Amino acid sequence: MKIIVAGDGKLGSSVTRQLSLEGNDLTVIDRKASVLESSEGRYDVMSIQGNCAAMDVLNQAGAKTADLLIAVTNSDEVNLLCCLTASGMNPDIHTIARIRNPEYQEQIYRMRDIFALSMTVDPDRQTAVEMERLLKYPGFLQREPFAHGRVELVELKIEKGSKLCDVAMKDLHRTVNCNVLICTVVRNGAALSPDGNFVLKEGDRVFITAATNELSALLKNLNILTHKVRNVLICGGSRFAVYLTKLLQRSGIGVKIIEKDQERCEYLAEILPKAEIICGDASKDFLLEGEDISSYDAVISATGLDELNMIISMYAIHCGVPQVLTKLGRGMEVNGSIISSMNLGSTIIPKDLCCNNIVRYVRAMKNQTGAALAVYSIAGGQAEAVEFKIDETCLHCGEPLKKIKTRKNVLVACLSRGTYTEIPNGDTCFQVGDIVVIVVSGGGVISNFNEIFV
Amino acid sequence: MNYKMIGKFIGQILMLEAIFMVPALLIGVYFGEVHAVLCFAATMVLTFLVGMALYLFGRGSRSVFRTKEGLVCVGLSWIVMSLLGCLPFYLSGEIPRYIDAFFEIVSGFTTTGASILEDVEALSNSMLYWRSFSHWVGGMGVLVFLLAFMPSREEGGFTTHLLKAESPGPNVGKLVPKMKDTASILYILYCILTLLDFIFLLAGGLDPLSAICIAFGTAGTGGFGVKADSIAGYSPYIQNVCTVFMLLFGVNFSCYYLLTLRKFKDVFRDEELRTYVGIVIGSIALIVWNLRGYYDTLAETVRHAAFQVASIMTTTGFATTDFDLWPNFSKGLLLILMIIGACAGSTGGGFKVGRMLLVIKSARRSIQQVVSPRKVEVVRSNGYKVSEKVVASTNAYLAAYMMIIIGSFLLVSLDGFSITTNLSAVVACFNNIGPGFEMVGATGNYSAFSVFSKLVLILDMLAGRLEIFPILILFSGNTWRRRG
Repeated sequence: MKIIVAGDGKLGSSVTRQLSLEGNDLTVIDRKASVLESSEGRYDVMSIQGNCAAMDVLNQAGAKTADLLIAVTNSDEVNLLCCLTASGMNPDIHTIARIRNPEYQEQIYRMRDIFALSMTVDPDRQTAVEMERLLKYPGFLQREPFAHGRVELVELKIEKGSKLCDVAMKDLHRTVNCNVLICTVVRNGAALSPDGNFVLKEGDRVFITAATNELSALLKNLNILTHKVRNVLICGGSRFAVYLTKLLQRSGIGVKIIEKDQERCEYLAEILPKAEIICGDASKDFLLEGEDISSYDAVISATGLDELNMIISMYAIHCGVPQVLTKLGRGMEVNGSIISSMNLGSTIIPKDLCCNNIVRYVRAMKNQTGAALAVYSIAGGQAEAVEFKIDETCLHCGEPLKKIKTRKNVLVACLSRGTYTEIPNGDTCFQVGDIVVIVVSGGGVISNFNEIFV
Repeated sequence: MNYKMIGKFIGQILMLEAIFMVPALLIGVYFGEVHAVLCFAATMVLTFLVGMALYLFGRGSRSVFRTKEGLVCVGLSWIVMSLLGCLPFYLSGEIPRYIDAFFEIVSGFTTTGASILEDVEALSNSMLYWRSFSHWVGGMGVLVFLLAFMPSREEGGFTTHLLKAESPGPNVGKLVPKMKDTASILYILYCILTLLDFIFLLAGGLDPLSAICIAFGTAGTGGFGVKADSIAGYSPYIQNVCTVFMLLFGVNFSCYYLLTLRKFKDVFRDEELRTYVGIVIGSIALIVWNLRGYYDTLAETVRHAAFQVASIMTTTGFATTDFDLWPNFSKGLLLILMIIGACAGSTGGGFKVGRMLLVIKSARRSIQQVVSPRKVEVVRSNGYKVSEKVVASTNAYLAAYMMIIIGSFLLVSLDGFSITTNLSAVVACFNNIGPGFEMVGATGNYSAFSVFSKLVLILDMLAGRLEIFPILILFSGNTWRRRG
């Protein structure tokens, strides 16, 4: 598919990387020659230097024949103009724009119609939604929904004294007493695919698939304290903090925001009347101490500086805050496991969330039979969870799993049929209409369901 | 350095080279050249085995190329490919000395066309074919061929480094987003043009083997013929066909791609193409004027002048007449054309018209800045600003280019031939032309040079074809240092 990516920043280069690996024809536009050079050097893409909203530049990039334009420059207005211009030049083109100014948020649906946008992405808003989901189920580091939210893939860290410590996989069901599957384990930064004799150890991060309604049973049986989050401390009063505060206040959670800039604080106080706004530097431990950090149920470090966020999170964990969430703007591209091996609570990388969203859209657009419905990269990019809907082209419909040979690095993690969800075993068979979640480890992209068979 | 991956890559190239020898083998079988067939078979087996061994050695390597590794890979693969590619000549005894056989095949792959053969016509048909085929595959590049047809969806833009290293020109761009598609488009255009040339030559009454050899020599802008007098013995029609196709192969291939997209305006407004055409027409006019009275008719003078200008400017090196006998002004003009060379992104060599334009523009700017130091000006090409980085690297290229010519000239002078012979030999090899003046002129050859001089000229040819840096980097201590 011919895709134009306008804006080669953090999000732009993540999208470029993922989409070029999937074999699309990519053209990247940016004003800066240096970032383009680096993209051309790393990925098989073409680059055009210039203003992506200019017709001349769009023409050079092949907008007239492109299938999709992804506008992710740092300016909402440029993104909108870029998409509008491209649709003017080529009425068939699909457009995705990044819109992050909260002032546009209320009108976002109308804007989609006015500007003929196929989709909008907003990293701040998506991060806020993601964090709210995590705060609802304290104990999980990451949650990804599948099959219209009926199935979830959650990440759990095995703490000292956890019931899962030193449990072999074959005894798992006896321990947790509910129907779940461990699909990937990250130990010392490396992702492992466990077999029956695999023994879980303290410090492991496990990725579990389960029906959504089993999650609370899982937490209860593991004796993970799930007292409800009642008050939250957010460090950094960015746009993201505003979204999150609004979401949390809707469910009656108290929010305190620490922000350095006096003017920004006044603005926050104006638009978030119920929240408590503190003007101060969140990187000072005496300030955090003064605000009694250890009394909060959750601390979210979301200043604009990644290194600061990491330090705040470490401090919060040190103070015994039950749930800590860290927002990281950059993340690692080649070796994502470095971050997950650090003790930062849940790390949320906004650009990855957006990137997953866009990739999902592109895969759906390709609309080939058997294409993936959803895809999440997990375990620091070392594995991918992909959702498929079984259709008539599936090669092994109706045959029990034990008789089908699948690729070694593929695990069928969950199967959802109507309202009924099951963890597959040897007797499970695929039927047309089923939604299946598979986990692929060790790199390699699976874009068609039949690719999982040998 | 990722030796494993370099090994794997060179292994693939060698296996490909072995496959490339199949047509030569078949031609040998057809003409009943038993000895040559055996030599080709032996070389193919050896090349394939070496390639396979290197490939197995590098199996399972990390597949991300760094820029430096890309350059080293290109430089090394051309050398290794030549070392093995010259074996048929040597084994068959048709070129008795290994260094001569090596010189001949490097001259072939780099599309130089400089020969050490006293008598071309003594070669067997399969050898003649292999010699000319080396021009064809060397013209567009073996690695580009590999990129076009190698099935790969691996991470890392390593292929960009390779294309940049092997394609002639200051700023190589992709035609389409995917490297593989770009390489395929280039090779398809290349094949179509070669086929056209072949058909036109056949129509002129050439036998198929000569026609294909000359078509290969023209397409790669190489210059190996099948006759001792190059193209001089053929009919004027054949000579004119060659003139036209040499000029066509000297044009940037992206122009042809734009033509297929019906972007005629972009092509006609292309500064480099306009300059190229202007230089060709101007030089022909000047030489015709200078040659008054040398030939019987004006038509003949124009034919010879046009042929020689096309042949030298596109760095092909065919000859229809001994231009060494021409007046000094014409010879001087030809020497300048040798250095200018063809368009960037064509199969021709030399300094490249596009690069020359950039150098002149940046020089003019520097001079103006002497007069008014505060004046800010950008260098433009086709109306677009050229980044300062490209301008600086073009100037650096000019410096490296001059230094190599001067250094090689000095080293070759050790043999004691005349200054004209030495200088024109270095210029003709470095710019991938072939014939120079005096002893290495259109009727002469390179056999008299010492082994050392031949080695210097071989490196010049490789450096000229690969745009200097992939060969220079092989001689840098930093390259081979661990963790460098």
